[in-house]
Amino acid sequence: MKLRFLSIFAAAALLAACESAPSDTGNKGSTAATTPPAAAKSIAPGSKDDFVANVGDRVFFDFDKSSLRADAKATLSKQAAWLKQYGSYTMTIEGHADERGTREYNLALGEKRANAVKEFLAANGVAASRVKVVSYGKERPVALGSNEAAWSQNRRGVTVLN
Amino acid sequence: MTRIRSFVALVAVFVLGMVAALPVGAEVRIDITRGQMKPLPIAIPEFAGSSGQESQIGKDIARVVSADLERSGLFKPIDPKAFIQTVASLQVQPRFPDWKAINAEGLVVGKLDNTPDGRVRVEFRLWDVFAEAYMTGWTLSASPNDWRRLAHKVADAIYKRVTGEDGYFDTQIVYIAESGPKNDRKKRLAIMDQDGENHRFLTDGSELVLTPRFSPSSREITYLSYYRGVPRVYIFNLDTGRREALGNFPGMTFAPRFSPDGNKVAFNMAEDGNTEIYEMNLLTRQKVRLTTNSAIDTAPSYSPDGQQIVFESDRGGGQQLYVMSAGGGGQNRISFGDGRYGTPVWSPRGDLIAFTKQKGGQFFIGVMRPDGSGERLLAEGFLVEGPTWAPNGRVLAFFRESPSDERGRGQSVRLYTIDLTGSNERVLLTPVDGSDPAWSPLIP
Repeated sequence: MKLRFLSIFAAAALLAACESAPSDTGNKGSTAATTPPAAAKSIAPGSKDDFVANVGDRVFFDFDKSSLRADAKATLSKQAAWLKQYGSYTMTIEGHADERGTREYNLALGEKRANAVKEFLAANGVAASRVKVVSYGKERPVALGSNEAAWSQNRRGVTVLN
Repeated sequence: MTRIRSFVALVAVFVLGMVAALPVGAEVRIDITRGQMKPLPIAIPEFAGSSGQESQIGKDIARVVSADLERSGLFKPIDPKAFIQTVASLQVQPRFPDWKAINAEGLVVGKLDNTPDGRVRVEFRLWDVFAEAYMTGWTLSASPNDWRRLAHKVADAIYKRVTGEDGYFDTQIVYIAESGPKNDRKKRLAIMDQDGENHRFLTDGSELVLTPRFSPSSREITYLSYYRGVPRVYIFNLDTGRREALGNFPGMTFAPRFSPDGNKVAFNMAEDGNTEIYEMNLLTRQKVRLTTNSAIDTAPSYSPDGQQIVFESDRGGGQQLYVMSAGGGGQNRISFGDGRYGTPVWSPRGDLIAFTKQKGGQFFIGVMRPDGSGERLLAEGFLVEGPTWAPNGRVLAFFRESPSDERGRGQSVRLYTIDLTGSNERVLLTPVDGSDPAWSPLIP
């Protein structure tokens, strides 16, 4: 779990560092055309780690909302570009909610969030046939605290590559 | 001023309690529609048995009957150490002055015999001590292994005779047993008697399970399982141990609940992110869609006559309660208070709908009439959720979760029961944390 946290933070830092989508010029196996950040040196382009670290596998939602925020759309645009380049991946979009709601409502809300991600990816060229969705409602938090900082991390849609 | 007022209130409660317990005619009676009543003092000596094994069961039955009645908050079993008359002489004839002397208003006299076919036969009588009158009683036989059920049936009979309402002690509770850290929580389906005894796990924790609910026969449970990673509604048969999926649907299915006749299950299915309420006929395996709305519609619960369904929807902006006919027609909003309303559950009596409310950062368990009037909040907390009714519609169970810090410390999830009046809130002890309770009907 700790490791996963680190990778999230790394991803966030990397996203902040590079303004444009990661290079889509490099073929698999070639040395990276752009200068990758030091932390990502050992990550193979086109790998799941590459997706998590250099694209960002998750987007966040406002309380009780399933509409995509501007930061979410930016991340998902990068996801779509990467997923078009590496077209052999299928994926499951997980929709999650924070603990400040009732169980069944949060299951429905998680489903809406996952679908919002799926639809954005589809509109940006990722075939819907590659994408499954699953809602976990409030059952799978990543941040443990009962406070807004934790809740804002738990209200999320995660693109999990198969 | 406040002192006097609270004193007056106390006296009022006391007097009401006395009046309720001893109305004109001096019959032992409790009016349970009043909150904060004085519990009725009752003496429950051990049930007499001739052999060693019978004597042990007789002691155990008296203990379980006492515990049931005490937990209801309506009775105050008297400490057996105060008893004057012996169990042996009690079998001949109650000596009422001995029981008046310790202020027992009710007296339970019971005995056990072994029948030739190896069963145990229990006979009990409830006496009104001050009227010196017989109130109720019966004789029942069962396997010695079922002595707990016999005890619960004694408690049910006493509760019914004294309150005029059906009891709820010979029942079970199914719930979700929880363990492990918050971000890797293991959840298991578990079942127990309403007093926490005869506890057993029904699933092994390898899959996430949620929201179990009993069928009207108490022999089946419908619930949500993430078996093989796909969230779907299942039905578990307690007699055979078998479980089957409600159906093979394209989207997530969840929020199941049996109809009162047991022939249908109302549930949710998600398609393209939109959750709608459906009804599956278990005999024909046909499903009917009941809602058509782009908002979240979930958590259906039937009225006891099966004619209506209450559910929650955010079609009006926030999460609110709606009632529709069982066929899906006439969908009307019933909750209009401040805050959000969810998890509606229709009382088995039909008179009320219990719900979870969120307002001002707090959660509440409350009830309102099916037309939305008469809202009353019964319990409050950082997170209280998921009310379920005891079969007599007088008691509810729910779960209460505490907040945790950033390392997950402080988290606990416990089951509670509370009287419909909002008094007598009690922890329902479980071996591990528990959530999503569902109370069975009286066991047939």
